[in-house]
Amino acid sequence: MRFMVMVKATQDSEQGALPREEMLSAMGSYNEELAKAGVMLAGEGLQPSSKGARVQFSGASRTVVDGPFAETKELVAGFWIFQTKSLEECIEWVKRCPNPMPGPSEIEIRQVFEAEDFGEQFTPELQERAEQIYEQVNKNAGQ
Amino acid sequence: MSASTGSGPELRRTIDAVWRIESPRLIAGLTRMVRDVGFAEDLAQDALVVALEKWPQSGVPDNPGAWLMATAKHRAIDLFRRGETLQEKQELIAHRLEQDLADSASADPTTEAAAAAQVGDDLLGLIFMCCHPVLAIEARVALTLRLLGGLTTDEIARAFLTPRATVQQRIVRAKRTLSAARVPFEVPAGDELAERLPAVLGVIYLVFNEGYSATAGSDWTRPELCEDALRLGRILAELMPRDAEVHGLTALMELQASRLRARRGPDGAPVLLLDQDRSRWDLLLIGRGLKALDRAEALSPGGLGPYTLQAAIAACHARARAPELTDWERIVALYDGLAALTGSPVVELNRAVAVAMAFGPAAGLELVDALVDARELSGYHLLPSVRADLLERLGRREEAYTELTRAAGMTDNEQERVLLLERAAGLARDAPAPPPPSR
Repeated sequence: MRFMVMVKATQDSEQGALPREEMLSAMGSYNEELAKAGVMLAGEGLQPSSKGARVQFSGASRTVVDGPFAETKELVAGFWIFQTKSLEECIEWVKRCPNPMPGPSEIEIRQVFEAEDFGEQFTPELQERAEQIYEQVNKNAGQ
Repeated sequence: MSASTGSGPELRRTIDAVWRIESPRLIAGLTRMVRDVGFAEDLAQDALVVALEKWPQSGVPDNPGAWLMATAKHRAIDLFRRGETLQEKQELIAHRLEQDLADSASADPTTEAAAAAQVGDDLLGLIFMCCHPVLAIEARVALTLRLLGGLTTDEIARAFLTPRATVQQRIVRAKRTLSAARVPFEVPAGDELAERLPAVLGVIYLVFNEGYSATAGSDWTRPELCEDALRLGRILAELMPRDAEVHGLTALMELQASRLRARRGPDGAPVLLLDQDRSRWDLLLIGRGLKALDRAEALSPGGLGPYTLQAAIAACHARARAPELTDWERIVALYDGLAALTGSPVVELNRAVAVAMAFGPAAGLELVDALVDARELSGYHLLPSVRADLLERLGRREEAYTELTRAAGMTDNEQERVLLLERAAGLARDAPAPPPPSR
């Protein structure tokens, strides 16, 4: 199974403070360990929310809100995609991560949906519909 | 909210996870020290039993791997002192452990990198031992999944639809065979490495293929086995970063696995490559596969190896956003290279399919007909299945029908049999209509 492992933002990361050298080197070793165990599929660090934006939906309307965003603790500062046998194994790997921030910090683990998880919702009819749409897209692309 | 190091079944799951992470390195390190993989696994298992007793009270230690290793070493010393091991082993253990204890007593901080390198070498040594040619292929697979994949005997039995007792016995016998043959714990070098590596890659790819298109049983695919094989491949690619074919195999598995979820219809039935909904292909795995292929190609100045060639073929499909955008001529050229390298009739059959796509069904059928007498392909259901496909495209429906029913009688996979029979029934149903003009 796959998990998205998210490093939560802190005031430091939101202010754009770059990680210190010890942190970079500790994180480098950790990433190497993850790769050597065949666990890490992807991972990136994110810029502060001041360099991002939100698009808010309400019916047909779309409103763009520029960063930064206030609720620092709920923001994401970086992520990995892990592939492990269980949530417990993912937790064990995350416990081995060096503290990603200078102060207290938090990492959130969320399981990624797999095709099987949709099981009964993805009916043959829906599948056929998806295929029709796909064919149409291809036809359009070919024109 | 509950702490993950709670008690009862929750703690048991945490310990299982720790075991899955730590057991390969633990067994590899112990095998290096005691020079017997069976004894090493026993020691590791004993350490696990102690953990199951102690951790509910003490909690999971900060460095569970080091804890398990120390416990296993104490256990070995204990057995040695009580004289409960064979004489030969006692001497070996005594020697190794004394050396090891002396080393760790004089350890300085700079040894951390050396220790990491040692762990890598140990894991490689264990991989080569599990895939040693002295073992039968089933034994290599079972031992590799158990010792390096961290799978339990039950999990291996379920994955291969084999009775638990059979798998258990395979593993016990394999460990005995390795002891009896005095297979050394080492990473082969030079020519020997080139000679032994294909066996290792072969075991990993066999596991992958068993997950990708199950040879028996009611499920068409078993994605978990593909994940196990991919993980082993990714580990090996990190341990042997300069070997082209290791990256080639990993690229091949990443690219094939990227199609897993499109390969099964909602009813579990197989969906063939050209019929797949390509929007369901896994872009993350495609990206990883293409990157691994680049690496493999960069490391092969003297020409691509068989896994890299197959990965390059898979990449042609991965890069085509619609079936009609597939570069079939390049695929034919890659199959030419693969056929020259392997001389395998199965490769020739695949090449014929590519030729049919690139240059028309008649050109493909000519090549397939030349393969009908190949002894290696007698009983191979894909031969009549491919022939049927080409005959149908040429408007020779009756012959196609016969070939489809023949193919259905030859496969052991139920889902595949159903698919073949459905296609045959479709041909029979449409038979009264005038034959379509052949292209």
